[in-house]
Amino acid sequence: MTDTTPQTIKFYQTGTHTVGNRLLDETRRTVQASMDRSNAITSGHRACQGCGEALGARYALDAAMRAAGGQLVAVNATGCLEVFTTPYPETSWQLPWLHSLFGNAPAVATGVAAAFRVKGRKDVRVVAQGGDGGTTDIGFGCLSGMFERNDDVLYICYDNEAYMNTGVQRSSATPPAARTATTQAIGPAPGNVFGTGKNMPLIAMAHNIPYVATATVADLHDLEFKVTKAMSLSGARYIHIMVPCPLGWGTASDATINVARLAVESGLFPLFEAEHGEITNVRKIRTQVKVEAYLKLQRRFAHLFSKDAIDVDTIDAIQRMADHNIRRFGLLGDGERT
Amino acid sequence: MTVNLTKQLPFAITLDPGTSLANHTGSWRTAKPVYSDGLPPCNATCPAGENIQGWLYHAEEGDYRKAWKLLMEDNPMPAVMGRICYHPCEGACNRAELDKPVAIHAVERFLGDQALKNGWMPDPAPRSTGKRVLVVGAGPSGLSVAYHLRRRGHAVTIREAGPMAGGMMRFGIPKYRLPRDVLDKEIQRILALGVELELNCKVEDIPAAFETEGFDAVFIAVGAHLAKRIDIPAHAAGKIFDAATVLHDMETGTEPPRLGRRVIVYGGGNTAMDVARTAKRLGVDEAMIVYRRSRNEMPAHDFEATEAEDEGVLIHWLRTIKQIDDTTFTVEKMEIDANGRPQPTGEFETLEADTLILALGQDVDTSFLEEVPGVVITPDGVVDVDDRMMTGYPGLFAGGDMVPSERTVTVAVGHGKKAAHHIDAWFRGKPYEGPKKNRLATFENLNTWYYDDAPQSIQPELDIIRRQTSFEEVVGDLSEGNALFEARRCLSCGNCFECDNCYGVCPDNAVRKLGPGKRFEFVYDFCKGCGLCAAECPCGAIEMVPETT
Repeated sequence: MTDTTPQTIKFYQTGTHTVGNRLLDETRRTVQASMDRSNAITSGHRACQGCGEALGARYALDAAMRAAGGQLVAVNATGCLEVFTTPYPETSWQLPWLHSLFGNAPAVATGVAAAFRVKGRKDVRVVAQGGDGGTTDIGFGCLSGMFERNDDVLYICYDNEAYMNTGVQRSSATPPAARTATTQAIGPAPGNVFGTGKNMPLIAMAHNIPYVATATVADLHDLEFKVTKAMSLSGARYIHIMVPCPLGWGTASDATINVARLAVESGLFPLFEAEHGEITNVRKIRTQVKVEAYLKLQRRFAHLFSKDAIDVDTIDAIQRMADHNIRRFGLLGDGERT
Repeated sequence: MTVNLTKQLPFAITLDPGTSLANHTGSWRTAKPVYSDGLPPCNATCPAGENIQGWLYHAEEGDYRKAWKLLMEDNPMPAVMGRICYHPCEGACNRAELDKPVAIHAVERFLGDQALKNGWMPDPAPRSTGKRVLVVGAGPSGLSVAYHLRRRGHAVTIREAGPMAGGMMRFGIPKYRLPRDVLDKEIQRILALGVELELNCKVEDIPAAFETEGFDAVFIAVGAHLAKRIDIPAHAAGKIFDAATVLHDMETGTEPPRLGRRVIVYGGGNTAMDVARTAKRLGVDEAMIVYRRSRNEMPAHDFEATEAEDEGVLIHWLRTIKQIDDTTFTVEKMEIDANGRPQPTGEFETLEADTLILALGQDVDTSFLEEVPGVVITPDGVVDVDDRMMTGYPGLFAGGDMVPSERTVTVAVGHGKKAAHHIDAWFRGKPYEGPKKNRLATFENLNTWYYDDAPQSIQPELDIIRRQTSFEEVVGDLSEGNALFEARRCLSCGNCFECDNCYGVCPDNAVRKLGPGKRFEFVYDFCKGCGLCAAECPCGAIEMVPETT
């Protein structure tokens, strides 16, 4: 009656959803779960409470540090990440780190990579990083050039969807209807305009570079997997990480991860990988939610949910954007990473 | 800020780069996170006070022995309990909000059986304290108190009026729910700690036990064995039994009771179900239950009624027996009124049966306590005890079915543990203070995103033909793989299971990981109080506490 044959247990309580898991093999745990992670950004930095960018940058750089055996140089564009980590003469960076101008980080990184090549240091790898302003607006030309030359740099964009450091001004990554200092929630179409959009990962893909991926701070295993994979390749690589900003988005400081999770689960922020211009992998939605669930947590969208009139038309339009992503990237259905 | 004047600085640089560690961002904080273990609902509801979440934690790692040891801290009979406990823990389990509760009883049974299979023993009793306790009755409550007192070094003698130990576990619960070898082995393990057992030995004089025999305390748990009676007009009644006697005779009689071809069991409790299912196994053609209320109001657990029906027991709901004429039973249809009480309808029908078995509940035989000074018998016929389980006679404690409470084996085991604490404290002359109860870990405090989806494991069941014809155990064991799977379905409500989430999600690196088994600590110099760790803790083991200054 009873079955006593041994069987393999494939169930690990929290699987790979949590940062660590004592029931998993060491090799399947994250870099962040390790007691000897490099902490590329150390404590004492001046980021706001619950900063998604501080978190995302540590996640990405710690993974890159492990992949590069600690031989890593970071070049930083101007932006929050630069300002809150390095008020002269203090620094939070625990790796060689370089900042020049707002718009030239990809070009500087190209130069750093070229210098190491000339010196014969094949072991040293170069990462460039910036916010959405430094990437999609101000550094866009330099970045496109870096892609086009296929320089051996991993460029990471920490996207918090506006110029947060200078007081939440709109960038070309700001979503439609979002309130910023320069797109006030007033008039017949409050908040940011419904433009045609500027999808940086797809633009990067159009350069046919070796690797493009998107990630969020809500899925650490996914993020580390993509950074590690990018580090295993050479040439120009691009990773676009969504990092919610409690200050600019008007979210509670403890909601940073949850709001990023809802962006993915609603379909607004698709997670995918692409190699040489072709999408190779998509992270499926685990528990689908309507965009309201995502929007409602953020005061920058509060005008859509005012007590007197819920702006159904605008919410529907944003839902259509999510639905479009779901169709375009095939975000529904089962599917495991192969 | 550090200024290094001894070293040559690069051109135009006046200050050496210092680390941001000099900047104590903890001063920004308005609320601070603290690790705080919650009380899981399973633990909160367990009548035996088991640390269920605690032993599941060890079982999750496959350390079944450690899990069993922790279980044994509270309950000396896991293999028995995993089979017969009605597991209120599973009714409270937070996992039910996600899919189905963790099958705690099935894992408990697995651990209990592992112990029996591998011969695991509890630690031997410590050095004798010189105190002697008499336990009256070798049922679940008496065995439990003996075990817990022995573990504190007190000498224990159990006197049992019957021929075998086990009480209602043996004489109330049929073999097909609790195989006797399992019961015998777990009792034997308690006795092996040095508990003396005297069978066929009825205690009549409590004061003499103290005064003449010199016991320092007495715990009575004689159970409830007197069958309740009912008056039914009968012209020429056939055979009438009571359920307790039938089940008792199944254990002690040389041959099973002769029940005839058709049997009516009168009552709607678990005993009624047990005796009807026993009759079916003894080969009667028709086993019927007559019960005056409907399925919704029956005291039996629903699964027991379902199992009985599966085995072919016919249940006549909403019927009372009005008259018996040899083999013809006149029953009246009832209906439930607005207060949930059955009311007669004046409509009658007849049933044919050779035997009537009354399963209307049992009373306590308190006659031996009538002369004991200070002992109060309540109007319900049970013995009044204070919150220490002590009667009005100093040093005389009571538990199990004979005190006011729910009558289940698990409650009785819990009484035994509780009484042991208080008897021990009574010897020391100071009140027993249990561990402080943590706040309840509610479902709302969990972040269930992090748990994997996992359906409940199903225990195998004996096929129906063998259930109708033999006393083989109906419900089977989980395999090791399934038991491990089931243990891992535990959400660890309110208790850190070292998932590293707090350590990972802190944007300020203000959580220090202390290594496997040592959990984590906050670095308050740098914690800005954002609350991400608390929000992303799967099990709700971090609380945000407002800063006062």
